Amino acid sequence: MIELQLDLFQYDFMRVALAAGLASAVLCGIIGIYVILNKIVFISDGIAHAAFGGIGLGYFLGFDPLIFGVGSAVLTAVGIGMVSGRARVSEDTAIGVFMATGMALGVMLLTLSKGYARDLYGYLFGNILAVTINDVLLISGLTLAIMLLIYILYKEFLIMSFDPVYGEAIGLPVKSLRLLLLAMVAFSVVVLIKIVGIIMVIALLTIPGAISRQHLKGLPSIMAGSAVLGSIFVTVGLIVSYMLDVPSGATIILTAAIFFFLSTLYSR
Amino acid sequence: MTAEIVSIDNLWIFREEHAILEDINLKLERADFLGLIGPNGGGKSTLLKVMLGLIKPDKGRIRIFGMEPEAARARMGYLPQKTIFDQNFPIKVLEVVQMGRFGRTGLFRRYGPADRNAAYCALEAVGMEDRADREIGALSGGEQQRVFVARSLVSDPELLLLDEPTAGVDSSQQTDFYELLCHLNQDMGIAIVLVSHDITAISKYVGKIACLNQRLYYHGSKELTNEDIEKAYGCPVEMIAHGTPHRVLRKHD
Repeated sequence: MIELQLDLFQYDFMRVALAAGLASAVLCGIIGIYVILNKIVFISDGIAHAAFGGIGLGYFLGFDPLIFGVGSAVLTAVGIGMVSGRARVSEDTAIGVFMATGMALGVMLLTLSKGYARDLYGYLFGNILAVTINDVLLISGLTLAIMLLIYILYKEFLIMSFDPVYGEAIGLPVKSLRLLLLAMVAFSVVVLIKIVGIIMVIALLTIPGAISRQHLKGLPSIMAGSAVLGSIFVTVGLIVSYMLDVPSGATIILTAAIFFFLSTLYSR
Repeated sequence: MTAEIVSIDNLWIFREEHAILEDINLKLERADFLGLIGPNGGGKSTLLKVMLGLIKPDKGRIRIFGMEPEAARARMGYLPQKTIFDQNFPIKVLEVVQMGRFGRTGLFRRYGPADRNAAYCALEAVGMEDRADREIGALSGGEQQRVFVARSLVSDPELLLLDEPTAGVDSSQQTDFYELLCHLNQDMGIAIVLVSHDITAISKYVGKIACLNQRLYYHGSKELTNEDIEKAYGCPVEMIAHGTPHRVLRKHD
C-alpha cells in the first residue's frame, strides 16, 4: 500500500491534484461549518448550480469560464435575496428557479460553443486530475482570504449564525454579513467545482463539517476537525480512484458518505 | 438636564396606511419598572423596537437618555420575544452572554478580558455562573432564559427591554425569574420595561402598568381603570380587583 502510494504520487499531476484537494479540504472545513450552522445548504447548492450558467457564458464568449462562474454565483446569491420575500416567492422557491435556470443556460451555451462540449462532463462531475498548478494557487489564495475574513469577523458571524434576530436588534449588520457569507460560499463553490463538480460540491461542503460536529465541541475545534476529515476523504478518494480507475470526484464523495453514515451510526 | 430615561411624545407608527401605534406618550425615569400589557397585535413588540431605534417614528418624537434611540442603544439591554436557536449549536454559555458586548466592542474588534469579566458578572447576577462553560443546548428552558437575560445585562444597561421573557418558562421558575427582575430593578437601579400578557403575574412585581392597543392607556401608576382595559382589549372584561393581583377575563369570544 505504502509502495503504491509512493508510486502514485511520483506523477506531477497526482501531486498537483493532491495539493488542490488538501487546499479545498481546508476551505470546505471553514466555510462548510457556516453553511451548516446557518442552514444555507440548499441555497449553497443553488449557487453551485447557477454557476454553471456563468461557466457556459464564459465558454460561449471565449473568456475564462471560472471568472464568469464566480460572477453568476455571486449574482445568484444576491438575486435570491432580492426575489425572495417579494411577490409571494419564498426563498426556497427562488432557489429552485435560479438553480434550474442556471443549469439550463449552462447546457445551452456550452452546446452552442462548438468543440468545448466535452468539458461539460468535467464541470458536472469534476476532474481533479485536470487541475493545474494555477488552480492550486487560486484555491490556496481563496482559502487564506476566507480564513482572514472569518478571523476578523468571527464574533459577528457567531452572533449572526446563532441568533440573527437578536443581532439585528443590537445593531449588527446582519443582512450585509449574510450576503458576505453567501459571496464566500459562491467563491468557494466555484473553485470546488474543479474538484468534485457542480452536482456533488455540496457534499464536500457539508459532510466533513457534519461529522466533525458530531464528535467535537467548540467552533474552532469543529472547523479544524472538519478540515482534517476533508483532507482524509480527498486523499483516500484520490488513491482509491487511481487504483480502481474510477472517477475521482465520485470516489471522494462516496468515501465521505461512508464515513458520514458510520459516524452517524456510531454517535447514535 | 433630564432625569428621564424614556421620553415619547405624540408618537405614531403607520404600516401601509394603518396606524399601529397611535399618539403614544410615555415617560420613564430611573429605576422605573413598567409592565406593558395588551392584546396580541396591539403593538407591544413594535413599541420596544421603536425604543431600540429599529423602527423610526412616522410622527412624533422619541428620546432615550435624551438621545436618538440608535445612539442610546449601547445603554439598553434587550431580550427579544422568543429566542429561536439550534439547540445543538456548538456554543458555550459564556460566548452567548458575550454577544451582548457587541455594542460596546464594535465591528472588527475582538472581545477583551473586560468583556469576559462582564460576562461572568452578568452570569453571576442571574445565578448561572457555574454554567459558564456548558453548551447552551445542555441547559433547561428556564436556565437558557436566564442566560439570555444575562446577555441583555452584560453591557451594563440602564434600561432593560424584555419582550415576554417568561414564555416557555414553567411557573415555578417564573416566580424566581420575576424576583430576579425585582432585584435588578431595586438593587441595581435598572429601569425595566416588561412586555407580558399575564397581568396577574406581573402586577405583583412591577411598579407601573400600561396597556397598549394602538393607543397607550397609562396613568403613570399601577392603576388601570376598567374603562382603560375595556378600550384596550376592545371587549367587555370582568375584573376581579381586590387590590392586586388583577385578573382580566374575556367574557366571551
